[in-house]
Amino acid sequence: MLTAEDKKLIQQAWEKAASHQEEFGAEALVRMFTAYPQTKTYFPHFDLSPGSDQIRGHGKKVLGALSNAVKNVDNLSQAMSELSNLHAYNLRVDPVNFKLLSQCIQVVLAVHMGKDYTPEVHAAFDKFLSAVSAVLAEKYR
Amino acid sequence: MVHWSAEEKQLITSIWGKVNVEECGAEALARLLIVYPWTQRFFASFGNLSSPTAIIGNPRVRAHGKKVLSSFGEAVKNLDNIKNTYAKLSELHCDKLHVDPENFRLLGDILIIVLASHFARDFTPACQFAWQKLVNVVAHALARKYH
Repeated sequence: MLTAEDKKLIQQAWEKAASHQEEFGAEALVRMFTAYPQTKTYFPHFDLSPGSDQIRGHGKKVLGALSNAVKNVDNLSQAMSELSNLHAYNLRVDPVNFKLLSQCIQVVLAVHMGKDYTPEVHAAFDKFLSAVSAVLAEKYR
Repeated sequence: MVHWSAEEKQLITSIWGKVNVEECGAEALARLLIVYPWTQRFFASFGNLSSPTAIIGNPRVRAHGKKVLSSFGEAVKNLDNIKNTYAKLSELHCDKLHVDPENFRLLGDILIIVLASHFARDFTPACQFAWQKLVNVVAHALARKYH
């Protein structure tokens, strides 16, 4: 369960990411495709070469959705309802992959925040990304 | 047997060469106990684990973190023989310590994040790949003797 303190830490940390949405999003995706090659199977239609426009565009989309989640952290189910539907009925990405992307998002935050990615911020984000993943998977069956 | 490319070996050993085992080990274990508080179940005898500050400052956590990461170093030294390197430790974690192997995966992922925060851009995607592979192999080797 996200405490009030967790939410505060998430919002503060996210302010640092806000102006780098496209860059961080693209980096998280590149790290995911590199560290977990099986995730590429969901993107046969993408140009996955370095600096690809499609990766930059998609990274921006993913981080944009996370920004929305941060703003609506008290109401994730409702705020992410459309994305829930999309993932359940259309994309049908196996939920195990949400963990893999979450790990890579955290790596990107750690790379850019260094010491500021404190254990408390790390814990809050891990919980937040788990909550987001659960909402994305909630209509799967 | 796990196959390591020359590049993967180089990425692993070059990062390892710059790791402060005591600091990194302490940090990784502390983060495990903070981010996944249920892991504290294995450390009831460690004293005060009541808050992140208490955990980070706890000398037993620091010492144990150093011990765990030093053992990790054995994997780095013996990349071609990780299975055998951890055979006895695997038996220990099963028979005496009763640790669910899922915890090895959790600690591995935490270690990756600690390395990322220390090495920043030097912890490239290729580095992350090699290290995710390593932590997976270590976790697997530690679980191998479970029965």
